[in-house]
Amino acid sequence: MTGFLSIRNLSVVLAGTPHRLLRSVSLDLPAGEVHGLVGESGAGKSMIGKAILGILPRAIEIAEGEILLDGQDLLQLPPAERRRLVGKTAALIPQDPLTALNPSRRIGPQITDRLVDILGWKRAQAEARAVELLAEVHIPDAPRVMRSYPHELSGGMRQRILIASAFAAEPKLIVADEPTTALDVTVQKQILRLIAEMQSRHGTAILFVTHDLGVVSKVCRSLSVLYGGKVVEETEVRAFFRGPKHAYSAALLAATPKYTDPDTSLTPVPAEVIAAVQAEVEAADGEWRHVR
Amino acid sequence: MALFRTILLRLLTTTITLFGVAVIVFVVIRVVPGNPIAMMLPPGATDADIARLQALYGLDKSIPQQFVIWLTGVMHGDFGTSISLRQPVLDLVLGRLPATLELSIFALVIAVVIGGFMALTGTRLRGTRVEAGIDVANGMALSVPDFLWGLILILLFGVLVPIFHISGRISPSIDFPFMTNFYVFESVARGRFDIWADLLAHMFMPALALAIPLAAIIGQLLKQSLKETMHLDYVTLSRTKGYGENHVIVKEALPNAVLPTLTLIGVQFTFLIGGTVIIERLFSYEGLGNMAIDAVVNRDLPLIQGIVILFALIFTVVNLVVDMTYAALNPRLRHA
Ligand SMILES: Nc1ncnc2c1ncn2[C@@H]1O[C@H](COP(=O)(O)OP(=O)(O)OP(=O)(O)O)[C@@H](O)[C@H]1O
Ligand SMILES: [Mg+2]
Repeated sequence: MTGFLSIRNLSVVLAGTPHRLLRSVSLDLPAGEVHGLVGESGAGKSMIGKAILGILPRAIEIAEGEILLDGQDLLQLPPAERRRLVGKTAALIPQDPLTALNPSRRIGPQITDRLVDILGWKRAQAEARAVELLAEVHIPDAPRVMRSYPHELSGGMRQRILIASAFAAEPKLIVADEPTTALDVTVQKQILRLIAEMQSRHGTAILFVTHDLGVVSKVCRSLSVLYGGKVVEETEVRAFFRGPKHAYSAALLAATPKYTDPDTSLTPVPAEVIAAVQAEVEAADGEWRHVR
Repeated sequence: MALFRTILLRLLTTTITLFGVAVIVFVVIRVVPGNPIAMMLPPGATDADIARLQALYGLDKSIPQQFVIWLTGVMHGDFGTSISLRQPVLDLVLGRLPATLELSIFALVIAVVIGGFMALTGTRLRGTRVEAGIDVANGMALSVPDFLWGLILILLFGVLVPIFHISGRISPSIDFPFMTNFYVFESVARGRFDIWADLLAHMFMPALALAIPLAAIIGQLLKQSLKETMHLDYVTLSRTKGYGENHVIVKEALPNAVLPTLTLIGVQFTFLIGGTVIIERLFSYEGLGNMAIDAVVNRDLPLIQGIVILFALIFTVVNLVVDMTYAALNPRLRHA
C-alpha cells in the first residue's frame, strides 16, 4: 500500500562526504493519519521532515531516494515548482513558537500571506479565513490578535497561531516537529489536545516528530523508530505498545516513563543494545558505499 | 506622557552638549597661537592699530568675559560678526549650510543604494564567487579614506576620462535666480531639471568619494546580519509556505537585519558630514566645510565658533532622527 506521503529509500549525506545522516529511509503515511517519528536526539527525525518540506541545511544533500507527495515525486520537480507544491499541500508546525514568528511583522499577515501569495486568494477572503482559524484554535478577539506583534503574545498563544497558520491552506500533510517541547508542561497538554482536535476536524495527515513515546501513544496511529538515520522498526502504535519487534525499540520503550505510573524506576537503553543497533545500521552502510 | 518626557530630556541633553562644545571650542581657538587681527591688517600697521581693532572685536577682554558676551549674543540670535568676511556669522553659516546638507544627503543616498545592493546581492549569492568578490571590494573601499577616494576620482574622471565635473557646485554659465540655497531641491520644485542635472553632475564626484567608505560599511554589516537572520526559524517557516529566496531575503530577513545597520548608519553619517570639510575643499565645493577651512586659516574666531556649533547641532539632530527611525521600525520598541 502506498500512502499519501510515501518516502522510498531516502538517503541524505553531509555534502561532499559519504557520511549518511539518513540511511535508505522508507515510510508510508496514508491520507488523514498521524505517524510518529521517534528516536533519540540526533537520530534524524527532523531531517526527514526537512527533506520533505525542502528546507534541508545547505551543507546537506539528498543522495538517493524518492519523496512522493500524492504520487508526485518532489525530488524530480524543478525547485520553484516543488516549493509551490509544498506550500500548497504541506505545512510545518515548528518546535519553538518564540522564534518561528517574524518579530517585525504583525500576526495577521503571517497567517494570511501563504493564502494570498501562493494560493492566490483575495486578501479579504484570507483575512476572514484567519479569523475563523483563530476561533478554531480557541483564540478570542481574533481581530486584535491579528493586529498584534509576536512579542505581545505568550508562548502558548503563539503556538496556537502557528497551528492555525499551518492548517490555513487545508494542507494534506503537516510536519509537526516536536511542537510542544519548548512549552510549559501545563501548556503542552493543551497544545497536544489542540493538534489532535484540528487533525480530526480537517482530516490532515501528520508526521509527528517527537522523542516522547507517551505522546505517540496519545496522538499517533503508526510510528517509525529511528536510530542513526535508519528506520529500525515501522509499525502500528497498538502493536508497538503490545510488544515492539526490534530489541532497540523495546529498550527505548522500557526507557520511557509509564503514563499510568510515572514514578517506576526506568531502565536506560543498555549499552549492548546500542552496540547491536549501531552495528546493524553500519552494516547497511558498507553495502551502500559499494552500490555507489 | 512618555513621548513628551523623552523629547524634553533630549532637548536638555542637547543643550548641555552644545554648551560644552561651545566652551571647549571657545577656549581652544583662543589659546592656540595666531592673531586674527594681525593677519587682517596690512603689513606696517602699528601696535596701536592692532589694539584698537582688537578692542572693536572684544578680543582685548579675558576669555571668560568674551564667552559671556558671546553667549549673551547667541541668546538673542547674534553669533557675532566674521572678522575676515565682515558679515554676520549667522547669515554666512546659514547661507552655506544648504550646500553641505545637499551634498551629505546625496552621499548618504549613494552609500545606502550601493551598500544595500552589495548586501542583498551578497546574501542572495552567498557562498559563491560573487560574494567573495563583494567582500574584497568592501575591504578595498574601507582601507582607503574618503579624501583619497576624492583624489582618485579626480584623477580618474576629472583628468583621465573627464566625464564629470570636479570643481564647484554649479556651472558658471547657469544664471538662475534661486530663491533659496537649496539648489537641488529648488530646481526640482521649480521644474528646472536641466539645472538639477547640472547640480548632480557637479555633486556626483565629491558625494561618491564621501559615500564609498560608508557604502562598504553598510554592505558588510548588512550582509553579515542578513546571513545570520537567514538561519532563523521564521525564515525557514516562510520557505515552507512556498516562498523563494528573493522574497524570503527581502520580506522576512531584511526588516529585522536592517536594525543594527541603521544605528551604524547614524554614527557613520556624522563622520561623513565631518568628511565634507576636506572633500569640499578638494572639489572647490562652496559649502560649510570649505568655509570652515578658510575660517581656520584666517583665525576668524567668531566664524569658526558658529560653524562648529552648527556642526554639533547637525550631529545631534542626525542622532535624534536615527533613534526615531529605529523606534518606528522596531515594533518591540514602539510599545515600550
Ligand atoms: N546543518 C547540519 N550540518 C551537519 N550535520 C547536521 C546538520 N543538522 C543536523 N545534522 C546532523 O544530522 C543528524 C540528524 O539530525 P536531526 O536534527 O534530524 O536529529 P533529530 O532526530 O531531530 O534530533 P533532536 O531530537 O535533537 O531534534 C544529527 O547527527 C546531526 O548532528
Ligand atoms: Mg529534531
